[in-house]
Amino acid sequence: MIGRRTDGTPIRRPLSPHLQVYDMAQMTSATSIAGRVTGVIWTVGLLILVWWLLAAAAGPRAYAAVSWFLSSWLGVLGLLGLTAAAWYHTLNGVRHLAYDAGFGFDIPTTYKSGRAVIIGTAVATILTWIIALTARA
Amino acid sequence: MAEFKLPANSTVSLGKTHKAEAGAKNVKAFKIYRWDPDTGENPRADTFEIDLDKCGPMVLDALIKIKNEVDTTLTFRRSCREGICGSCAMNIDGLNTLACLKPIDDVTGDVKINPLPHMPVVKDLVPDLSQIYAQLRSVEPWLKSDTPPPPDAERLQSKAERAKLDGLWECILCFCCSTACPSYWWNGDRYLGPAVLLQAYRWIADSRDEAMGERLDDLEDPFRLYRCHTIMNCARTCPKGLNPAQAIGKIKQLLVERQA
Repeated sequence: MIGRRTDGTPIRRPLSPHLQVYDMAQMTSATSIAGRVTGVIWTVGLLILVWWLLAAAAGPRAYAAVSWFLSSWLGVLGLLGLTAAAWYHTLNGVRHLAYDAGFGFDIPTTYKSGRAVIIGTAVATILTWIIALTARA
Repeated sequence: MAEFKLPANSTVSLGKTHKAEAGAKNVKAFKIYRWDPDTGENPRADTFEIDLDKCGPMVLDALIKIKNEVDTTLTFRRSCREGICGSCAMNIDGLNTLACLKPIDDVTGDVKINPLPHMPVVKDLVPDLSQIYAQLRSVEPWLKSDTPPPPDAERLQSKAERAKLDGLWECILCFCCSTACPSYWWNGDRYLGPAVLLQAYRWIADSRDEAMGERLDDLEDPFRLYRCHTIMNCARTCPKGLNPAQAIGKIKQLLVERQA
């Protein structure tokens, strides 16, 4: 990163802009970033699962408190987000399994598989909630 | 480690505006990254308004027009102006490409031009490619063979063997792909990046080369090869329509197959 001025004295070269200028919303990088983000969200979701299980083991009062939170609008919104994150991460994982097996590298297929993952996430999330709510009713 | 923000000496401020000449009807603004080592100031983005009626169709035509007519200090690499030398690789409108192959009409709104991303800047649009050249050298991109060639003849290939090099030999080493790769941004000191790995595979795939084993040994490393997470920005941005991600995928497959 050290360069020279015209007179020979050293100067620290700047780093050219990257995230600041690159189109990260294109299908290729967007699906990749979403894969990372949903992975992190899912990990947080596992902590919530542990919290729920711990409460179930601790007794009816603790369980009732967790149930109250998870069935509040904030809790439901969180669970809905977790469902979507889990589905996205799973479907995108299948997409990457195909890459690792040598399929789907050309750009048109990459865009199609990316769209399929996004649409699949929406459909699977809605289906999961329909099934969950009908089972509850 | 991933450092998402630019260092303090690299943040870009708003620069000068060069207005189009009076009476120009078809004006397009070019916002161009400038950095001059002799001033020691931070980089800035200068705006040049260009009359497209008096300019060639490609982004490179506009850059040359600016250098000839507006600001002779504007610094960029260019040579062939037909997409075969790879000199004028830069970030235009958020994607890396060759300025000579990018029509100005493809860009809606202002044309934002930056040097290849996440590289040390020599001046204006000229990035320092020393490290990426050193990485290219490290994969020994030449034919390695213990068998001497047949006397007074070339090393022959079948048509099928030759066809395996299609999509690899066309690479012009412009490094649009490597500098579009977030993995290369964050780990460019140890990860070889798509351009160099495509070159490595070009020799692995060559039927005349006899060093596949040692080439694979050299690449089998968590950083040199496996920082590729199949993000696919490389294939998306390649101005020659090549697919470095696929070449990397094939290297990974060969490494798995030879374990079996």
